Amino acid sequence: MTKTAALLLAGGLALSACASDEDGGDGGGSGGGSEGTLKVGVAYDTGGRGDKSFNDSAIAGVEAAVQALGGDVDEDIEELSPNEDDSNREELLTQLAENDFNPVIAVGFAYGDIIADIAADYPDTQFAIVDTSVEDLGVDNLTGLIFAEEEGSFLAGVAAASKSVTGHLGFVGGQQSPLIEKFEAGYVAGAKAVKPDIIVDVTYLSPAGDGSGFGDPEGGKVAAQGMYQAGADIVFHAAGGSGEGVFEAAVEAGQRAIGVDSDQYLSASPDQQAVIMTSMLKRVDLAVEEYLNSFADDSLESGTDILNDLSTEGVGLSESGGYIDDIQDVIADFRQQIIDGDVEVPTTP
Amino acid sequence: MTALRRLGSALFAPAIAVVFAVVITALVILLIGENPTTALRVLFDFGDSPAQQTQAIVVILNRAVPLFLAGLAVSVAFRMGLFNIGVEGQYRMATVLAAGAGAAVALPAPLHILLVIVVAMAVGALWAAIVAILKVTRGVSEVISSIMLNFIALGTASWLLTGPLRGSEEGAAIITTKDLPESGQFPGLNGLFDVIGLAQPRGELYGFLIVAVLVGIAISVLLKRTRFGFDLRATGLSPSAATASGIDARAMVVKTMLISGAIAGLIGLPDLMGRTHHFGTEFTAGLGFLGIAVALLGRNSPLGIAFAALLFAFLDRAAVPLQFADIPASVVTIIQGTIVLAVVIANEIARQITRRRAEGDSGQAGPPAPESPPGGPAGTAGSRIDEPQGAQS
Repeated sequence: MTKTAALLLAGGLALSACASDEDGGDGGGSGGGSEGTLKVGVAYDTGGRGDKSFNDSAIAGVEAAVQALGGDVDEDIEELSPNEDDSNREELLTQLAENDFNPVIAVGFAYGDIIADIAADYPDTQFAIVDTSVEDLGVDNLTGLIFAEEEGSFLAGVAAASKSVTGHLGFVGGQQSPLIEKFEAGYVAGAKAVKPDIIVDVTYLSPAGDGSGFGDPEGGKVAAQGMYQAGADIVFHAAGGSGEGVFEAAVEAGQRAIGVDSDQYLSASPDQQAVIMTSMLKRVDLAVEEYLNSFADDSLESGTDILNDLSTEGVGLSESGGYIDDIQDVIADFRQQIIDGDVEVPTTP
Repeated sequence: MTALRRLGSALFAPAIAVVFAVVITALVILLIGENPTTALRVLFDFGDSPAQQTQAIVVILNRAVPLFLAGLAVSVAFRMGLFNIGVEGQYRMATVLAAGAGAAVALPAPLHILLVIVVAMAVGALWAAIVAILKVTRGVSEVISSIMLNFIALGTASWLLTGPLRGSEEGAAIITTKDLPESGQFPGLNGLFDVIGLAQPRGELYGFLIVAVLVGIAISVLLKRTRFGFDLRATGLSPSAATASGIDARAMVVKTMLISGAIAGLIGLPDLMGRTHHFGTEFTAGLGFLGIAVALLGRNSPLGIAFAALLFAFLDRAAVPLQFADIPASVVTIIQGTIVLAVVIANEIARQITRRRAEGDSGQAGPPAPESPPGGPAGTAGSRIDEPQGAQS
């Protein structure tokens, strides 16, 4: 094996050197871009396109913006996914910038470690990162698209506590990370605002540094089953793909569950629709779309964060199914109090 | 004559493997409606400008260094018939503790770097020692215990990171340890590009490359030129024969696992000391498992593993440009998997052909087919035993 590998590698190096002389410019042609249209580069979070959640929401926003501006969805958007162990994130961003995509959108806080350095290396390209604050980094061409997840989760807690018969709720988090802890903190605070003595069981499916908890429906099911058996009647999940298991457990237990990120009622099967009481919406699509629009009409103020909260409708509760119609006045009341600053929502449990 | 034939059979297996992998991958690319030749071109196109080309080389080498160390860690145990699946946990524990220790002290640069390396190797070795001790005292299969210890390592590393070793501020999306001070960071090798007259790449070439090469040479010498290496290989070939000739098999298990774990401890250091300077929730995981594939591909010889790591890294680099050509990056994973599978199969075929020829030549029944040692990795034991000398050099 070894000798052949060596030959292949040596040959490869030689070939590449020749090849680049011959067809120079061929590879770079795709990035040029005609006047007026956007050339958007998207670097996905783990899982890439088709996750029915975070990544899909982001690309939906990009496509909507590009279409509205008269661009071509296939030609003017380049989407890259990281490899399985996420070791090539830097390469994704630099390659997009080098191929003249502008702006470059990094989906997910995992890029937060590296994006500031890369943005500084490519000052003529605009970068945006979802879920990471960039205000303190002092990089002019970088924008943070951040969300007040705790505010939306607070309303989910209000709805759950108002609807709970047993006075016992559950929360299933994907990974024990600061981001998911914001969901927990808001949810618990919202529930206690309605019923101060309410019990909230909290479980995380994987520890910090291990993302497996977002793709573990079986783990989500076991966790939720335990909560329902202990007396909880509503479980809120912030666990990505593992939420599927939470819904299954809710169907089996004949109890309710609360979805996350998108309106999960819409993509659920009929028997799951019967248990999905509401979903805590996190409109990554709107945030991305608005960012691109402001980039296109030159009104973008980069180097800072764009906060999407209840007041901008960047977060909120879905109403599909009509399960929370009767408590809308309670929810609207808390919503207004949060927007007015009368209720302070914690971001850590 | 014999040498020629040996060389022929040594090259025969990898040749089949590469052809097989190329054919399968081409079929897969055709099936998803893309052009295989485009994929091939992308694989070898390192970019237009000299800086892009050197950057591609840096990306490949930086990826190959941890893969090489991972493959080496796995192979040392393989050589003795031990299946160390715990490399993943060993390097995770080693990296988090080395990052913590390195950030906690202030020392002059060479000493500081040495301290980080020693801590990492010690932690990796200790974590592997648990597996060895369980095996020699209680007869617990190292496969089972090392897999289980991976989970414990994952949880423990996470606790250390979020608890005592946390350095990132409260509320930051990514939790990390404190940064290593400058004196604990391994300087890069970019001066090399000026020396040989190449353009400066964007990124930095890991200085840890040198450490990896030294470790590779040391292991190579240890296995081939020392009494210990002989004992190790002998125990791997036949534990009963080794015991009969006076080798203490239990002591060999402990020593081998210590060495394997110590090398595993180094896997995270190229990234830690050369790029991120801290351990964190986004630190590259899974290298320990990739190491198994790299060791298989490299047929457990240090030089072979170096080439296998370079080949894997070379393929990994293409993951990004392939997506620009609208070919899914998973093609890379398919090629890697097919090559490893093909190498295992091709080794087996080559082995059988060699044996049949040997039987025909001598005109009498050849040596009986060597059995895998009990508990050893069945597939590799076979190929290792019949490995012609030529394949290792």
